[in-house]
Amino acid sequence: MAELLRTSPLDAWTDALERLPDTVRIAVEPYVAMVDVRLGTVGAAASAALGVDLPTAPGTWVPAGTGRAVWLGPDEWLLSSTTETPEELEARVRAAVLPLGGSATDVSAQRIGLRLTGARVRDVLAKGCSIDLHPRVFGRGSSAQTTLGQAGVVLLALFDAADDVVVLVRSSFAGYLADWLLDAALEFTTTPTHDR
Amino acid sequence: MTSPFRTSTGGRIDRATTVEFTFDGQTLRGHPGDTLASALLANGRHQIATSIKLGRPRGIAAAWAEDPGGLVQIEEPFPEPMLLATTVELHEGLAAHGLPGQGRLADVPDSARYDAVHHHVDVLVVGAGPAGLAAALTAARAGARVALVDEQSEAGGSLLSGTERLDDAPALQWVAAAVAELAGLPEVLHLQRTTAFGSYDDGFVLALERRTDHLGAAAPKHVSRQRVWRIRARSIVVATGAHERPVVFADNDRPGIMLAGAARTFLHRYGVLPGREAVVFTTNDSAYDAALDLHRAGVHVQAVVDARPEGSPRRAECERAGIRVLSGAVVTGTRGAERITHALVAPFADGEVGAGSAITCDLLLVSGGWNPAVHLFSQARGRLRYDAALGAFLPGEELDGLAVAGSAAGVPDLAGCLTDGQRVARATLAGPPAADDRLPTAPESAVPTPPLVLWRVPDTSGADGSTSFVDLQRDATVADIARAIGAGLRSIEHVKRYTTIGTAHDQGKTSGVLTSGITAELLAIPVQDTGTTTFRPPYTPVAFAALAGRDRGRLFDPERVTALHEWHVAAGAVFEDVGQWKRPRHYPRPGEDMEAAVLRECAAARTGVGILDGSTLGKIDVQGPDAAVLLDRLYTNLMSSLKVGSVRYGVMCGVDGMVIDDGTVLRLAEDRFLVLTTTGGAAKVLDWMEEWVQTEWPDLRVHCTSVTEQWCTFPVVGPRSRDVVGAVFPQVDVSAEAFPFMTWRDTTLDGVPVRLARISFSGELAFEVYVNPWYAVAVWQRLLDAGRPYGITPYGTETMHVLRAEKGYPIIGQDTDGTVTPHDLGMAWAVSKKKPDFVGKRSFARPANQDPLRKHLVGLLPVDRQTVLPEGSQIVEFRTDGRLPPPPVPMLGHVTSSYRSAELARPFALALVKGGRERIGETVHVPVDGTLVPVEVTGPVLVDPEGARRDG
Amino acid sequence: MQLIACPWCGPREEVEFHYGGQAHVPYPDSPAELSDEEWAHYVFFRDNPKGRFAERWNHSAGCRRWFNAIRDTATYRFERVYRLDDPKPGVTELARSREEGTAP
Repeated sequence: MAELLRTSPLDAWTDALERLPDTVRIAVEPYVAMVDVRLGTVGAAASAALGVDLPTAPGTWVPAGTGRAVWLGPDEWLLSSTTETPEELEARVRAAVLPLGGSATDVSAQRIGLRLTGARVRDVLAKGCSIDLHPRVFGRGSSAQTTLGQAGVVLLALFDAADDVVVLVRSSFAGYLADWLLDAALEFTTTPTHDR
Repeated sequence: MTSPFRTSTGGRIDRATTVEFTFDGQTLRGHPGDTLASALLANGRHQIATSIKLGRPRGIAAAWAEDPGGLVQIEEPFPEPMLLATTVELHEGLAAHGLPGQGRLADVPDSARYDAVHHHVDVLVVGAGPAGLAAALTAARAGARVALVDEQSEAGGSLLSGTERLDDAPALQWVAAAVAELAGLPEVLHLQRTTAFGSYDDGFVLALERRTDHLGAAAPKHVSRQRVWRIRARSIVVATGAHERPVVFADNDRPGIMLAGAARTFLHRYGVLPGREAVVFTTNDSAYDAALDLHRAGVHVQAVVDARPEGSPRRAECERAGIRVLSGAVVTGTRGAERITHALVAPFADGEVGAGSAITCDLLLVSGGWNPAVHLFSQARGRLRYDAALGAFLPGEELDGLAVAGSAAGVPDLAGCLTDGQRVARATLAGPPAADDRLPTAPESAVPTPPLVLWRVPDTSGADGSTSFVDLQRDATVADIARAIGAGLRSIEHVKRYTTIGTAHDQGKTSGVLTSGITAELLAIPVQDTGTTTFRPPYTPVAFAALAGRDRGRLFDPERVTALHEWHVAAGAVFEDVGQWKRPRHYPRPGEDMEAAVLRECAAARTGVGILDGSTLGKIDVQGPDAAVLLDRLYTNLMSSLKVGSVRYGVMCGVDGMVIDDGTVLRLAEDRFLVLTTTGGAAKVLDWMEEWVQTEWPDLRVHCTSVTEQWCTFPVVGPRSRDVVGAVFPQVDVSAEAFPFMTWRDTTLDGVPVRLARISFSGELAFEVYVNPWYAVAVWQRLLDAGRPYGITPYGTETMHVLRAEKGYPIIGQDTDGTVTPHDLGMAWAVSKKKPDFVGKRSFARPANQDPLRKHLVGLLPVDRQTVLPEGSQIVEFRTDGRLPPPPVPMLGHVTSSYRSAELARPFALALVKGGRERIGETVHVPVDGTLVPVEVTGPVLVDPEGARRDG
Repeated sequence: MQLIACPWCGPREEVEFHYGGQAHVPYPDSPAELSDEEWAHYVFFRDNPKGRFAERWNHSAGCRRWFNAIRDTATYRFERVYRLDDPKPGVTELARSREEGTAP
């Protein structure tokens, strides 16, 4: 039998996203394995077992191997990997944190990532995000769980200039958020006559 | 073509360009930079409309948002009601007409875009006049993140209306340099045409930017027409200036009567002469500038009428110019019809008016002093203080994070406003001010004579104050205030509601303080004691379209969809909203209505095989050594005894014992469960679990994680479901013996993990297929392909509802309403008697929950075998005469679910009925469209009550 | 739009939070031993003061953590937010934090 075909909730948006200008590029991130990690105490044991120092500062993320470790709460992280399958990642992390009283749940399909790059990214996000995204406040390594438009999101700042941001959104809201972002970017698609 | 009242030079208009517009059907011309009001005045037109109640002619009485007279309806480029001619910027093709009060909403969709932007700053400065510009420069030069917003089309504030000089040059040169300097600083956002209309908690200010209104038909379609700025500021500087206050006298509402400062604005900013022959009536020195400026521009100033007995030191200046100054005199009334023709002037001393005379004029300028624009300060709950010398309310306290500067704080002169702006801005800075934080030098201003506080001139006309207008937009007069007080009202808030003063479009910008003053006078109490009415947002009207922003159409409410959504669309599904989810309700074939489609889908599931996209079901992964303990505490039944590999149905109650959700629980491992919730209950149940774990039982070693979108769920339902699932997953033994009801098995499909569960929400043999949504479309297609020989039929939520209702399975939230216990649902079997406690258990023992007349879930069968009872119908006792008794009619309960059943070949319903289980077999009545429909009360399970079908 | 300071995420707009009613109302140890009146008091009765009130809040659109807060019901001002395992702040402590400007 043929291999099972994968689909993405944003397949139908591919063309529209490709037509965006360089000032607001939106790329759908490839599927990666993601696991929700819960752990009461982090420390040397956890770092050794997981192979990454889970960030303990609220609103931060760190690179973790080929993926990322994102702070979601005082005892909760989102850990991703580009080299493992969802089942492999969950099994590995679960085995690592179980002896420490933690847990791990495969959430690879819960969210989809959109990477926004370009000089207007902050302007687009500011249309629906109430937190301050100024690079002095939301620089590289920052993360935030908040609301964008009417969708819950996790924002990750990849660089200091605030022109490179990953938006993680629940898969069922991906279409709404893509529509929302395209609409928010509309004024930047041709030369604006009114430039603030 | 020249407009008769346009000056030959000067003003901020582009004289090289002419734009054509129409007003009341008449084609007129003006220039870019004009407002509709200035262009009309340039064409000699003062009257805009007639008043709302009395039909009196009304005209332009001010130059900006405080104008109570010039309401217009815009027709082109897009119909918009109730704008002020003074705030509408002129553009080619503008078409408008005057409005007697109310306007007309557009009856065509508004295709313009509106949006909102969040912005964060250290300092927000509201107003780009002298104080605001000074404040913005000081903050920005020190490196602060600054937003400067101003409602006019260009910066300058009061400087746009006069001839002031700074650094020995026209003040507007300094304004231009300041604007350029701000533009060069990266952390400054400077917005003109932007009205800060509301100040709220924690430094939050809403401002409306009119981005393309002034462009008319040339406005680009992809740019928002208006934008709501949601500004969060550490510090706010309110530099909003002051509004000139009129004096009330008889017949003070005729076109041609305007505020003295407005005449200066029309002259200097727009190059317009508001008349040829003017009388100036004042209680203070500021109106002398208007008299002298108009005189120099060629207006014949008949007289300056100064209510102060000693007049003004500027009297000599006027007399040198040949202007007569009458000190200790007032205007007592006017004559004229569509335009003022005469001002009636009389001596005034000690509150007494002497014998007067009429002076001809076509323009009467009035100044009763200045009201600081304290709106934003007051909205932020700042207390106001009455200043008896100025006759004005000033900020009366310091607020955290909001300071008032310049004439909004009562500072009278230009030099004072500049230093005040700088002082207030410096107080907001974390560090020292910049070294080059220099202010321009303003000339020394003369020491003014104190103003006279005069709210109204005694009415000698015989009209008893009934033509002495306080609020022109509401046609409310001094006589109305007197009537309110005569009716016993004392509070200024009550006087406002009684008279409607301050409730119109302008929200009392000119009338509010006058009302306080006149009320105080009539009650013979200090003005401080009457106070003002509460200032509330918005400062000026804001269109609902702007507040809605981009949350319209598809973006109004998020549409959540499953991984199969495109397939459903292609299959012609009719969708229904379930919470925010779009779920297929049914899949009509050509020519089918919903009833036919649902009967077909139901028959397929009961006799062959159907398939449902159940992916919206809530799913929660519960992990940890104490996972079973948590579930035992939250479910009414015992979950800890569930074996790994098995599934159990469970009910959850609140502490009050009422059902809040239900669903099945899969035990994945000793320390791991998958909890399924209703579609609508997913977030609620996860929050419920988190609340108990975090707030009550932090010692439990358990974690709960939403996996709703981690798994797609496809129930394959019907007697042939075993064939279909067996064909797609050949490595699984799907026989009833090997794979019993209420168990689950893991398998793979081409290496992709799949979970199968024997769960049935229809009573039929059924398998739920769980798979990662990445592969949902492929797996769904495999199931369809395998089911083709059996006529596999996709079905929607309507069929799902019929199938479950036939089995008496309630939908929490449809068949329950937060007042229903498990026992009411006939689910005593799902309530553990072994567990010492669980959430809700103690409430079951409350007397109210022991009442035999509680409502029970029962089935209803209409006796006529035809009527589909409307859901929500009331149920009453059987009436032998077939007629309702007179009200109040005792109600027995109501219909919660009602469908037509293919299996039963008749309609049926579920209902909550008082003591319902004791009534089984009885006939009751349901009123439907005025007739009483007899229905038989039955048990809730109408199809396969013995449960013989679930194993196929 | 008021700001509420999540003890972990910092100040966020109030719409990110859910209100959880009065704080420090523990689930009874042995509900079965309570009289109907005592149980009804736990289920249905809460204080409703004008002024300082200890409340539960949940940062539902953010880190999903519950926390407690002392809020003035007359002014809406949050005087203090504190974690669930922190004791309820006493009046003197609140006064001190207000003077020191450490109240959120």
